Amino acid sequence: MLEGQVRIPSGCAVSGFINKDRTLTDGSRIIKSIACMHDRSNGLGGGFAAYGIYPEYKDYYALHVFYDNSEVKAECEKFLDKHFDIVNLSKIPVRKTPKITDEPLIWRYFVKPLPTKLASSQLDEKEFTVKCVFKINSYIDGAYVFSCGKNMGAFKAVGYPEDVGEFYRLDEYEGYSWIAHGRYPTNTPGWWGGAHPFCLLDIAVVHNGEISSYDANRREIEMFGYKCNLQTDTEAITYIFDYLVRKIGMSYKEACDVIAAPFWNKIQAMDKADRDYYNYLRRNFDSLLITGPFSLIIGHEGGLIGINDRLKLRSMVVAEKGNTVYMASEECAIRAIESNPDVVYAPKGGQPVIAEVEYGI
Amino acid sequence: MAIYDAASLSGREINEIIKKEMDAKITFTGVNGQRFICDGMKDKLVTVDGVAGNASGAYMDSGELSVIGNAQDAIGDTMNGGRIFISGRCGDATGYAMRGGEIYVGKDVGYRAGIHMKEYGDDKPVLVIGGIAGDFLGEYQAGGLIIVVNTERAACPLGEDYAAGMHGGKIVVFTDCQPAPRAGVQVREVAARDIKEIEEYMRRFCTFASLDYSSEISRKAYVLEPMGRNPYKRLYVNN
Repeated sequence: MLEGQVRIPSGCAVSGFINKDRTLTDGSRIIKSIACMHDRSNGLGGGFAAYGIYPEYKDYYALHVFYDNSEVKAECEKFLDKHFDIVNLSKIPVRKTPKITDEPLIWRYFVKPLPTKLASSQLDEKEFTVKCVFKINSYIDGAYVFSCGKNMGAFKAVGYPEDVGEFYRLDEYEGYSWIAHGRYPTNTPGWWGGAHPFCLLDIAVVHNGEISSYDANRREIEMFGYKCNLQTDTEAITYIFDYLVRKIGMSYKEACDVIAAPFWNKIQAMDKADRDYYNYLRRNFDSLLITGPFSLIIGHEGGLIGINDRLKLRSMVVAEKGNTVYMASEECAIRAIESNPDVVYAPKGGQPVIAEVEYGI
Repeated sequence: MAIYDAASLSGREINEIIKKEMDAKITFTGVNGQRFICDGMKDKLVTVDGVAGNASGAYMDSGELSVIGNAQDAIGDTMNGGRIFISGRCGDATGYAMRGGEIYVGKDVGYRAGIHMKEYGDDKPVLVIGGIAGDFLGEYQAGGLIIVVNTERAACPLGEDYAAGMHGGKIVVFTDCQPAPRAGVQVREVAARDIKEIEEYMRRFCTFASLDYSSEISRKAYVLEPMGRNPYKRLYVNN
C-alpha cells in the first residue's frame, strides 16, 4: 500500500525567523533549527522559503518549477516564452545526497510579463503572473510552479527537512527572513509538490495541523479564480491570504482575524468597537474562517506572521533577540540557534504574532 | 552524582543512561528538546539543565525530575507517582491525564494544564502552577488538585474556559478577583479545610520557589469544584 492511501496520524514541525533590520543570514541557521525537531517529521516532505535571496534580480519574478520530464519542460518553456521576458534560466543547483531520491527536473526562471501581453490582458503585473502560474499548474500536466515571488524563493522536496536544505545548498543563499517545514503527512499524499511551503507571489505558508473547514474554504476561494489542485489543505491558506491581502486590501492582522475569528459568544462580550469589527469580518468572510487545529507561519516580503487556531490545538513558541523574531513549534528549535533570547513566550490561540521589517520595501 | 553532557544524546540514549547508571543522582547538561526524558522512571533523582522536551516525565512512577529551565508540551503525561519540578515555564497540556504524583512549575503553563487529571483511592495527583495558566485549565478534570499560586499577582491568573467539563477534584486559585462560576462548576472562597489540604504542597512549592510560605498561604484564594456528583446530567438529555 502506498503512503497516501493509508492514514498515518501525527504532527509536523514549523520554524521561522526574521531579521527586522534586513540583515542577511545564510540558510544553515534555519536548517539547524528545523533539524532539532526531526522527530516531528517522517521524511515525506521538507521545505524552506527565503526572502531577500535574489537581489540581483529583485525586479523579476523568480519561478521555481518542477518538471516530470524534458517534454513537459519544453512545453512549459514555450508557454513562458509566449508570456514573459525571461532574463535568466538555469537548473536550481543541488547537492546530490542518497537521502533525497527520485527528484524531478528542478528549474528556475527570472521573468517579467511581456509588455504587449500584459497590456492586452488588462491585468496588473501580479494578477497576470498569478493567472499564468495557475494555467501552468492546471493545464500542463507534469509541470508545477512552486514558487513565483520577487526576491524570494521556496525550496522543497520529499525527505527530512535538514536533508532537503542540504540538497538545495541553502547554505549558499542569504536572506533576511527564513521559514521551514518538516512534514508528517496525515490525510494527503507525500509528494514533491505537496511539501510545504505553499507559495503564491511573495506569500509562503508552512502549516502544522489539519483544516476541518478545507472544503468550505476551497469552494469559497475557487469562486475567486484560485484552483486547489495540489492534494493538500495548506494551499487553500496561501490563496486565502493572497485574496484577503492583495485583492481585498486587508492588512495581515485583519486577514488573521478572518481565518481565526473569535467565537460568537466571545464577540458578544467585547466592547462596541471590537464587537463591530469582528461582527463585520465574520459576517462578510465566514467561509474563509479556518477551523480545526493549526499552527501557521506565513512569510511575505514585509514580514513574518505566526498564528494558532482559536483553541490552540497545536504548539507554537515565539522568541525575540535584538532585531530578530523567532517562531517555532517547539522552544528547542529556537534555542538551537539562539541560546539566550531576550524573551520567550507562547502566543494565545487565534492571536497573531506579526513581525515586520523596519523600513519600507 | 553522575553528570552527563546531553548535547549530542537522543531522548532514548538519555533514558538508557538513567536506567543503567548506578548512581541514583544523575544530572544532564545541555539538554535541548529531547523527548520522553524520565518516562516510566522509578526511584532515580534526575536533574535536567536546559529545555526538557515533549512528554518528559510521562508515566513516571517514583523518584524526581528537576528541570532547570523551561519544559515543552505534555510534561508528566499520565504520571503515576514521584515529583517533577520545572523552574521555568511549561508548554501545553502539563500534567495531561495525571493519575498520581506531583508537578511543580515555577512560572506559567500553556493551554489545557491538568486536562483530565483523575484520582483513585490513595492516588491523588497534584499540579502546582507558580505563574498563570492558559485557557482550559483543568478541562474535564475528574480528580486531583490543581493550585495556581500566581506569584506575580496577576489580576486574572486564569485564561478562558477554565474547568470546562470539570466533574471531580479541586482547583485552588490565589487571586484578588473572584473567578466567574461556570456551568456545572461552583466557585467559593477558600476555607480552613482547603488550606489544610493544600498545605503540604504549598510548603513544598514555596521551598522550591524560595518564597515565604506564611505570606503566600494568607493571600486571598478561591476554590473551583464541581457541583455535586453529576453536574452535567441535564446538559444533553433529561435523564
